[in-house]
Order: sequence, then structure tokens, then C-alpha cells
Amino acid sequence: MSASIDSAANEMVDKKSEILFERPHALTDAITNYCPGCSHGIVQRLVAEVIDELGIEGETVGVCPVGCSVMAYDFYSCDMVQAAHGRAPAVATGLKRVLPDSVVFAYQGDGDLASIGMAETIHAATRGEKISVIFINNAIYGMTGGQMAPTSLPGQVTQTSPYGRDTETAGYPIRVCELLSTLDGVALAQRVTVDSPKNVRLAKKAIRKAFEYQIQGLGYSIIEVVSTCPTNWGFSPSDAFEWMRDNMLPYYPLGIYKDIKAAKGEQ
Amino acid sequence: MVEKVLMKGNEALAEAALRAGCRFFFGYPITPQTELAAYMAKRMPKAGGVYLQAESEVAAINMVYGASAAGARVMTSSSSPGVSLKGEGISYMIGADLPAVIINVQRGGPGLGGIQPSQADYWMATRAAGHGDGHVIVFAPSTVQEMADLVASAFELGDRYRVPVMILADGMLGQMMEPVALPEPIDSRSLPEKEWATNGHGGKRTHNIVNSLYLVAQQLEDTVVERSQRYARIKDEEQLAETYLTEDAEVVLVAYGAAARISRTAVAKARELGIKAGLIRPVTLWPFPVDTIETVIPVAKSFLTVELSMGQMVEDVRLAVNGRSPVSFFGHTGGVIPTPDEVLVAIQKAAMGEQFDLVPYHTRLTGGAR
Ligand SMILES: Cc1ncc(C[n+]2csc(CCOP(=O)(O)OP(=O)(O)O)c2C)c(N)n1
Ligand code: SF4
Repeated sequence: MSASIDSAANEMVDKKSEILFERPHALTDAITNYCPGCSHGIVQRLVAEVIDELGIEGETVGVCPVGCSVMAYDFYSCDMVQAAHGRAPAVATGLKRVLPDSVVFAYQGDGDLASIGMAETIHAATRGEKISVIFINNAIYGMTGGQMAPTSLPGQVTQTSPYGRDTETAGYPIRVCELLSTLDGVALAQRVTVDSPKNVRLAKKAIRKAFEYQIQGLGYSIIEVVSTCPTNWGFSPSDAFEWMRDNMLPYYPLGIYKDIKAAKGEQ
Repeated sequence: MVEKVLMKGNEALAEAALRAGCRFFFGYPITPQTELAAYMAKRMPKAGGVYLQAESEVAAINMVYGASAAGARVMTSSSSPGVSLKGEGISYMIGADLPAVIINVQRGGPGLGGIQPSQADYWMATRAAGHGDGHVIVFAPSTVQEMADLVASAFELGDRYRVPVMILADGMLGQMMEPVALPEPIDSRSLPEKEWATNGHGGKRTHNIVNSLYLVAQQLEDTVVERSQRYARIKDEEQLAETYLTEDAEVVLVAYGAAARISRTAVAKARELGIKAGLIRPVTLWPFPVDTIETVIPVAKSFLTVELSMGQMVEDVRLAVNGRSPVSFFGHTGGVIPTPDEVLVAIQKAAMGEQFDLVPYHTRLTGGAR
């Protein structure tokens, strides 16, 4: 902008304008590596908004394991730890045990959480580890270029299931929230998506609850976000949401699978 | 004088860690390090610390990674097959410049191997504690007292150089009881603050990042080179070895840990027979004490490495001696413990100018010492 702009006019604009939308403080100004229309960008922002709203950036430590979100350590303004593929729950456990008064979250993909890191996930959950897990279920391995994930649907064509996922040989997709909801250490297990403004608001509410439950010391929380990977699915962003609604949501129904507060009639 | 108590090696490791300010322990059961974990499980809660039995060694080392990132002094212990599993986490800790103490109470391998004492993990410890261009500092105690003393050094060096440190013991040292003078407990509040720790910025600084990913080749090279410069300093300043009768030694034995105890007895017996034998006992395996080897080169006529393996450290001895004298090897593996008399026979051969690799396969074929 040129310096000759009338500063009086600027002042007038300033007085009248009200900031309606800005970058959450918990996000740095680094440019993300996510593809256009990818759910990662939306969900990452929601987590940051929740951190801002709860005013916990200074006490928060995030863990980003291997996957498309591995570089989230550059995107969040809170302290960040990059973890090995699948090991985020164990790394988060170590952090939280040393820093019981901090807020520790892990942001994991489906290959990360439900395949290579399933043992770490189940055990952190059953220990009731006081951490909040954001789980991006996009039914594919994004970062490595579109291989079959543990959550890929029966018949889904991927780079490593070129004839469609054959349940005879590759078995069935894992429904993570259903599975984890059977464990006593789990405080909250909820499945959301981010395909519409309404669903984005619901997703944010769920993420906020996962952080609040951690702060209240209630146990392990997981918010599974049924997500899109337009790039590796080979769709435009809007077609990707369409495919997600038609194919993923029937297999992965949205909803609350466990909420210990609700179960106790506290809300 | 500090009062001595009778302790098992594994317990001495645990108690010394507590006294070095370690309040976080993550492990997974495996023989023969069991007493260490059991000791921690009992003592940690009373010391206001955390003992956590992880779901696997993979999880345990990643918990260590997280606890270290948070700035804590933290330890894990295992035995050979479990340490293989920790390789991934150790590599990530090297890459992220995270200190921690990792105990390996070695047993026989490969595979499930056996549960008897062994030194078959020398290569894993000094060469490849995980993938990538990196090292961990490796200490090799040979008495219960040293088990206790080296734990404090391990925490100190780890913090100073920001590298993981391994204590490479074996089942014999872990299980044996000896009197030990325990180090004075330190006040962990007196330890310098770790400014790099990811423990919440509290609005007082920009965010800290613990990471080992560098997608730009030049950046990765830069971090690896910077770390190598720290390694060079470690090699310069942290080599440790004990010598026994090496001043006039013509046959110089090189042995660490349990093998050094046996070798020492054999050296004494050789001296009784008039053979000028001596012993170098590396206390740090990485950095390997090449400087100590150098001091004996002028007088030494031959070297004899004794190990509870098929011959691993002998390669480092050969590198250090660099062709200036013959370097022979004698060892047993799989949990078979060499006797001092067997080692004595090997010393006699070496004294006669023979160069040999006397491993169990040979001894059986030739109807040799055992
Ligand atoms: C031990 C190990 N195995 C394999 C890989 C390669 N790898 C990187 S990302 C990834 C899959 C990531 O998929 P997902 O967790 O679903 O996350 P997304 O990329 O879809 O967000 C794999 C297999 C690795 N980095 N480390
Ligand atoms: S590859 Fe898929 S998951 Fe990864 S950023 Fe691109 S769209 Fe998102």
C-alpha cells in the first residue's frame, strides 16, 4: 500500500470496521502444505480456535505424527512435538505424565492411528490417558500418495487396492470410535465431519469438549473427523464431500459413541 | 565415608537413576532386567515420580521421547530383543536431540536367543541403535558399583550434549550382588533449565519445536553435521577406560563388562606364569577409548580381545591398532561364559605370536579349550 493514502480516511475505516474473521492466535502465519479442499486445513483451524477460546495456548503441547499433518509443528503457535508414525499417543503420554497441568493433544491420520499406531492408541485409551486426540479419517494414506488405509471402504480403489479393497484378502475397515467406546478409560468418543457450516460448528463443539474433558481430568478423548482427500481420491473438493457423504457416512455414522458425562447424566 | 549396601546390579541402576533426579520410568517386562523395573515400580510412586508399564518397548521408548521433550530426566530399561524394538525411538531421539538413559541388560541373540548373559549387542549399541547417521553414548559397567556411578554420568552427558545415552550391561552384572556406595541424591531443582523443552511457552517465549524432519536436503545435512561436531567433542573429551598392568604389557587384553572381570583374573594368572599381560577395559564403548589403546602401542606385541559374542568390539580394536600389532579374538556366545583358564590359554597363544579368532565353533572342531 502506498504511503500517500489518506490517513484520515483510514481512520474512518478503522472506526467502522469490526474484525469478523482472522487467523486464530494459535496458528502461525506459515503457509500450510495441505491440498486445496482438504479437510486437514479446516480441522487444524478448528483446533486452533478452541485453543484460543479456552485461552490455553501457553499451556498446550501438540503432537503431530507422520502423515500429511506432520508439519503441523510449524503451523501451531503452541509448543509442538513431531512424533514417529503411529506413536503420537505414547509420546503424548510421556509429555502429559511430566506436565500433568498442561493440555496435550495429538493430531493423527487413519494410517497412523488405526494401523501402525493401533496398539499405542488402544493402550493410551484404556489407561485413560488425559489427552485429546483429533483423528482424521480420510479412508486413505494421504502423504504417501493414496494407498489403502485400515479405514478404506470395501471395494474402494486405491494405489494398493487397484481392483478395489477385497474383504476376502484385505479384511474390513476399522470403526475406531465404536471400538474405543468399549474401553473404560475413554471419556469421549465422537465422530463428526466438516462438510457443511453446520457440521463444522458441531465438529468444533466436539473438539472443544475433548479439550475440556482433558482439563477436567476425565480421561482419553477422541474426535474422529470423517474427512476428504480430494487429491488421492481423484475428485474435486466438492465431489469429494459428495463421495464422502454417499460412501463413508453410511459406514461411519456420525454421533457420540461415548460421553462419560452424558452417561452420568451430568449434561 | 559413604556406607556400602549390598545390591543387585539391576537395582543399583534403578536407585542411582532416582538419585540422579530421574522421576520418570517407562518399560516393558523382559528377562534379565526384571529387577530394575520392579525396583522402579516400588520406589517411583514414593519418590513422587511415574512408573509406567508400557504396552511394548516401542511405546515405552516413545513415552521416553515425550517425557524428554517435556524436559524431564527419564529412563527406560530392557534387554536385547526389547532394545531392537526401541531402535525406532532411539533414532528419533537422536534426530530430535533428546537426552535420555536407555539400559540394555544384554542376553543372547539373535532372535529370541536366550536369557543368559551376553555381549552380542555391541554392534547394535555402538553402530546402529536405529536408522540414520547418528550415535548414542555407550557406557559399559563391569561392577555393581560402576552400574551406580555410570548412571549419574549418563544423565549428565545426555543433558550436556543432548544425546541419548545407553548403558550396556549384561545378565551377569544385572543379577550379581556386590557392595555399593550409592551416590548422593541430587536436588533436581539445581539442574540447569532446558530452554528447548516443549513444556508450554506460557506466553513468555515463541513456541519450541521438537522435531527430526527436514525435507530440504541442505537443512538435514546441516543438522546432521552440527550433531557430528558434538560427536567430535564427545570423542575428544569423554573417552573412558581402565587399565590393569598395561605399563609393560606385551599381550594387551581388551575386554569390557563381564568379560573384563574374567579377563582380569586371567591376566593375573598369566603374570604368575611370567607372561607380561595387561588389560584395557573400555568404560565407554562409544566413544571407543582409542587414546588408551594408543598409550600401549609402543610396548604391546599383540592384542587379545575377549567378548561374550562371536567378536564385535574386536573390530574397533583392530581399527584402533590399525595393523601395528596382531589383534586376536577369544569369545563364547549364547550365554556360555568363558572361564579364566580358557582365556589364559588364549593369552599364551597370543604371547607365542599366534594370531587367531578363537570362537566356540573352532574350539569344538579342534577339541580345544572347552
Ligand atoms: C515407520 C514408517 N512407516 C511408513 C512411513 C511412511 N508413511 C508416511 S505417512 C504414511 C501414511 C499416512 O497416512 P495417514 O496416517 O492416514 O495420514 P494422512 O497422510 O492421510 O493425513 C506412511 C505410511 C513412515 N514415515 N514411517
Ligand atoms: S494428500 Fe489428501 S490428505 Fe494430504 S493434504 Fe492432500 S488432500 Fe489432504
